[in-house]
Amino acid sequence: MKIGLYPGCSLTGSSREYNESLLAIAKEAGIELCQINDWNCCGATAAHNLNKELSLSLPARNLALAELEGMNELVVPCAACFNRLVMTQHELSEKNDLRKLISDKLQLPLKNEIKIYNVLQFLEKHIVPRLGQLVKNPMAFDVACYYGCLLVRPQNVMKSERFEDPMTMDVIMQKLGANAIDWPFKTECCGAGFSVSKIEIVGELSGKIVRNAVDHGAKAIVVACPMCHSNLDMRRPAIDKYLNMKMDIPVIYITQAIALAMGLTPHQAGIQRHFVPVNLPVNLPVNR
Amino acid sequence: MSKIGVFICHCGENISSTVDVVRVAEAAGELEGVAFSTDYKYMCSDPGQTMIKQAIKEKGLTGVVVGSCSPRMHEPTFRKACKEAGLNPFMCEMANLREHCSWVHDKSEATTQKAIDLVRTLVEKVKLNKPLFSIKVPVTKTALVIGGGIAGIQASLDIASAGHQVILVEKDPSIGGHMSQLSETFPTLDCSQCILTPRMVEVAQHPNIKLLTYAELEKLEGSIGSFKATIRKKAKSIDENLCNGCGTCTTKCPTKKIPSEFNTGLGMRTAIYVPFPQAVPNKPVIDKENCSYYQKGKCKVCEKVCPTGAIRFDQEDELVEIEVGAVVIATGFDIMQPSGFPEYGYGKYKDVITGLQFERLASASGPTLGEIRRPSDGKIPEKIVFVACAGSRDPAKGIPYCSKICCMYTAKHAMLYQHKVHHGKSYIFYMDIRAAGKNYEEFVRRAIVEDEVNYIRGRVSKIYEENGKLIVKGVDTLLSAKPVEIEADMVVLASAAVANPGAEELAQKMHVSYDSYSFFSEAHPKLKPVETNTAGIFLAGACQAPKDIPETVAQASGAASKVIILFSKDELSRDPLIAVVNRSPAPVFSTCVGCFLCASACPYQAIGEELITNRQGKVIKKVAKVNPGLCQGCGTCVAFCRSKSIDIQGYSNEQMCAEVVALLNND
Amino acid sequence: MTEFEPKIIAFVCNWCTYAGADLTGTSRIKYAQNVKIIRFPCTGRIDFMLLLKSFGEGADGIIVSGCHPNDCHYTSGNFHARRRWIMFRGLLDLLGIDVRRIQYSWVSAAEGAKWADIVNSTVNTIRELGPYTEYEKVAGYLEKEANQ
Repeated sequence: MKIGLYPGCSLTGSSREYNESLLAIAKEAGIELCQINDWNCCGATAAHNLNKELSLSLPARNLALAELEGMNELVVPCAACFNRLVMTQHELSEKNDLRKLISDKLQLPLKNEIKIYNVLQFLEKHIVPRLGQLVKNPMAFDVACYYGCLLVRPQNVMKSERFEDPMTMDVIMQKLGANAIDWPFKTECCGAGFSVSKIEIVGELSGKIVRNAVDHGAKAIVVACPMCHSNLDMRRPAIDKYLNMKMDIPVIYITQAIALAMGLTPHQAGIQRHFVPVNLPVNLPVNR
Repeated sequence: MSKIGVFICHCGENISSTVDVVRVAEAAGELEGVAFSTDYKYMCSDPGQTMIKQAIKEKGLTGVVVGSCSPRMHEPTFRKACKEAGLNPFMCEMANLREHCSWVHDKSEATTQKAIDLVRTLVEKVKLNKPLFSIKVPVTKTALVIGGGIAGIQASLDIASAGHQVILVEKDPSIGGHMSQLSETFPTLDCSQCILTPRMVEVAQHPNIKLLTYAELEKLEGSIGSFKATIRKKAKSIDENLCNGCGTCTTKCPTKKIPSEFNTGLGMRTAIYVPFPQAVPNKPVIDKENCSYYQKGKCKVCEKVCPTGAIRFDQEDELVEIEVGAVVIATGFDIMQPSGFPEYGYGKYKDVITGLQFERLASASGPTLGEIRRPSDGKIPEKIVFVACAGSRDPAKGIPYCSKICCMYTAKHAMLYQHKVHHGKSYIFYMDIRAAGKNYEEFVRRAIVEDEVNYIRGRVSKIYEENGKLIVKGVDTLLSAKPVEIEADMVVLASAAVANPGAEELAQKMHVSYDSYSFFSEAHPKLKPVETNTAGIFLAGACQAPKDIPETVAQASGAASKVIILFSKDELSRDPLIAVVNRSPAPVFSTCVGCFLCASACPYQAIGEELITNRQGKVIKKVAKVNPGLCQGCGTCVAFCRSKSIDIQGYSNEQMCAEVVALLNND
Repeated sequence: MTEFEPKIIAFVCNWCTYAGADLTGTSRIKYAQNVKIIRFPCTGRIDFMLLLKSFGEGADGIIVSGCHPNDCHYTSGNFHARRRWIMFRGLLDLLGIDVRRIQYSWVSAAEGAKWADIVNSTVNTIRELGPYTEYEKVAGYLEKEANQ
């Protein structure tokens, strides 16, 4: 089974392990993920507020290229890239004239019918049904599933039923044998782009998230977004500074959790790339 | 043979300054069928009307056209004059020569010609007018009031005091509604039960009011003046005639841990119970779903201890049919439930409660006997945060409207808390403060100035528990423009007022329209706030839209007055400009084919079936029949009918066609 | 050569547009004399064949006007009228009758000025379109056929 993949800058750079783990579990499940040929940046900075046409054209080009390659489904693991692509699809599907205009400017045909999935939707549809036989190493401990801001919003486009208390990741973790705790910081802001401009804010906001997860007994925080991960993991020193204590709780991607549960090695899951050492209270296979 | 009289009015100079009225009268006089035509300065005046009456008598006129102002002005005047002269009032029509002609055009030949055309049009119409007689519908002078809250109570008392019979139906075991759950009411801080219970007793003792509690409307048939209602009296399992309200059964019932609906889940009740001490009637009912005997066949303690032997385990629901002339819907409202607030933790954290639950805590007869205590551990909270607009004014929650009462009751709650817990601190997160009633603004000021309630303008994004405290995350948009975090001991949500569950079903039973929030629709938002589009059914109270007690009482009296107006006559007289399905002798009977498209178009459900039978009683044809009591005369059915079998009296197909032809042909 | 004065007939509902036209009068707002009103209880009452009849009797233009959607005095009459109009418009097109000759509008009892605007603009439109002669031609043809 062949599904399109839009990695975006983070999956080829700072969140390389997200990509590695995703490809590894897809392979185990018999799914081939094909990167869109000649994909371009999705425009997921604040700049998309400055030039409307450009902000739509950048993601639209990726959709058009995917269509040309004959892809019906596209998975976009980075939550911000996903937001740009799905918002573009939503807006162009409502405004036909705009779609034609952009299609002309790009000099590419654009039907705008491709199904775009974020990583949770992709996992729910393609991986979870096959999980049964594949779970060899249950993740039998308490985890805090952190969704961040982009996975369930905006409400009118994502149409998720539980946007204040989402459960999709929790359910997947439960299928892996984990106990997904009930905690109030699932969708609280981590500090997002202040990661580069005002790190103390990330320290405070992400610090509160980490502390709450630990207070509720979680042994790991599971995320599905490179920004969430980098703020909770790479910016741990800022968090420790705010909380005035050293927090050890590791942060792993949902794809890494699945990889480890499937019995893949830590190296295959890419956990060595994290800043906070990933020590989990279960036995993991030894790296070959 | 038509003998029409035409009377052209100068209207002082209003018409005559731009229209040559003498010429219009002359031109009208030359029309075929016109026996008399004249002009006069003020047609609506006494001498003017006398002129019309004399002409009718002397010339034997069969119809009258008055060319003057708008019929919306004086049609009743001239029709009354005709009636007094012995001419059927519906043989009189008016041509609008003022608002539609003289006032909007300059003096010219074209203007006078237009006036002539307009008069000619109405003359041709009147030639086809038929004498019509007001429709008489008998009136049963008994009213059905559905809902025994303050709205239903007020309406019942007013109608009963006017000398008419009232049947008050309430679905709970006692009347009183939400007002009986309140501790004090704004803006006076009157004890709610103290002002309500005298009325409840009055209702129970009033000779003209029959009280049916633990009962619901099953079916409603008929039309204004003669409804037939079927009421389901749910089995109370008590013989009310024998029960003396001693309450022994409720003290001995072994099933004690049922969450009390009256106490909004904060207190418990028994399976055989009276909802609250001042209940009217003060007789218990058995909650079959939680009673040991009904569920498991054990117990029967109540039967053993009852001194009068009033327990009846074998009692069944009873269906009662009543005939009433009018219905008042006073079913009230409900409070939005927990599932709407995952971010506030309502349902998850015991100390996050709704405003109505706070009322029960504050109430002297409540589960904590009037002390404000946390439901979780019973401790007195030192800090309470009130969240206004919890659900209301929030399209994301599906409730874009304002619930109207929350700003006032939140201020009241904070004040009550401060009065009971002097050292306590209260915070109210608000968007706006809506205190628009009499003495309302002063009341809120009192809360802020005297009771030092802290008002923070901003919304709350999240409430969660940490170390036994409720962390309330909000924002202060006015003073500091910064996020605010408060560690509270209790949070009270002013959750939105919504329609009662089952409101839609009830509305459909009665053919009353309702809006997208299931509040019942009034006939006109400005001018008919207590009537519905269904003749004879009126609205009172919060079932129509959220409102406070003074407005509810006022509206209930308004609805009662409409009922009293209806009952002031033995018969209803209605304008006969209604639809009629044609009938003719056998073998045709009617050109109607029984497709009932007209019935589907009618907004008033005024079209029903008529079965035409032969001598042996066999049905040979099913045709449409208009209920003259319900038809409002819009004519939508007429335009629908493919066989032209239904027509409107006064705006018949023939008449409209004649008008068109007359208007366009000026020779 | 006298300027062509269009003959325009207006079918209006009693509760909104008729009252609105009354208001135009009370406000003394002037408009063209070419439009003459026939009162209906509701636009839902209007049988659209009457419109064809009007053209047959010599009307050059027609105005149909009622309450705004959701404001109908009889709740839904104007919705039915609107639906009928949409279907009827298609039929007119098919028959080759210029739809611009029929103006369909909502005028509430408070919109006196709007009524005057509608009258004036309709008169101008019809004046530009010229007299409606097609029906005469057809009627004349039918008469000739009948007499043969």
